[in-house]
Amino acid sequence: MPAATIIPVTVNGEAREVPLGLALPDLLRLLDLDPEQPGIAVALNGVVVRRADWPGTPVEEGDEIEIITATQGG
Amino acid sequence: MAEITTPIQTAQDEDVLRIGPLELRSRVIVGTSRYPSPQVMLDAVEASGAELVTVSIRRVNLRETDGESLLGLLRSRGYHLLPNTAGCYTAREAVLTAGLAREALGTDLVKLEVIGDDETLYPDVEQLLKAAKQLVDDGFHVLAYANDDPITCRKLADLGCAAVMPLAAPIGSGMGLVNPYTLRIIRETLPDTPLIVDAGIGTASDAARALELGYDGVLLNTAISGAEHPALMAAAVRHAVEAGRLAYRAGRIPRRLYANASSPMDGRIDAG
Repeated sequence: MPAATIIPVTVNGEAREVPLGLALPDLLRLLDLDPEQPGIAVALNGVVVRRADWPGTPVEEGDEIEIITATQGG
Repeated sequence: MAEITTPIQTAQDEDVLRIGPLELRSRVIVGTSRYPSPQVMLDAVEASGAELVTVSIRRVNLRETDGESLLGLLRSRGYHLLPNTAGCYTAREAVLTAGLAREALGTDLVKLEVIGDDETLYPDVEQLLKAAKQLVDDGFHVLAYANDDPITCRKLADLGCAAVMPLAAPIGSGMGLVNPYTLRIIRETLPDTPLIVDAGIGTASDAARALELGYDGVLLNTAISGAEHPALMAAAVRHAVEAGRLAYRAGRIPRRLYANASSPMDGRIDAG
């Protein structure tokens, strides 16, 4: 079996290497996040991806991904 | 004994603040930041009587993903959440942040903050107006943090912002209402727009003055979180806002330079 191809991406400003062929929920699980958890949102290359569209959104080489939540603020 | 509802109580109960889809009984909006602990924050928010609380939108900490979320704590207590765009310097950043907040929290409310620099945290008016237009077009209920500038505030209202929130003084400065005259002009210029004094409140009397000027409410964070006893200050602000609102509705007497005797002059004794 050939080794999985690894691609570089940026998640929350940090460079990471992830296997090719992940969809957004797979990426979240890889990062120890629960894709079912409410209160988080994802932007891919500066565009918000609606939660319903996560499963159909592949992670591609060079993608810039932001994963956010609400925290204390004024 | 039967429960007695006084006319004043009834008048207060019917005095609702409407912002976008919200109908608020409390005219205090509080931040959730800079508290020594989540419990101190929750106690202070409760003591303030606020129904609407601000939160910010930040990257998930990927190194530490457990722990009870702030969101869960606030939601379980029934507060309406007002996500802000604090830390955004451009319209583009603010619009993206608002879009993420809408997706994460399921709310169309946003406290729009587009700042120009780190020292003053003053709004960048050009970017603020641009972001406000975009967000209103995208169906957001925008509560816009603004300069205490009547023209900018009018433009924000004309764009369709749900509330306009001029600053009393720089964020976190606690300087109070440094220019009550421009705040008055803004109130008189925009009689039908919900107006909130946001930023600069230092203590309860500042909040009372804002309401006495006819502002619909106050938004504050540091005055409470930075107080020696946050819950006590929160309670003080709650009472000050109620007092200021009642005084505004009562209609204050005009100022005059010379005395005007309260007691009647007729029927004085004459020992002359």
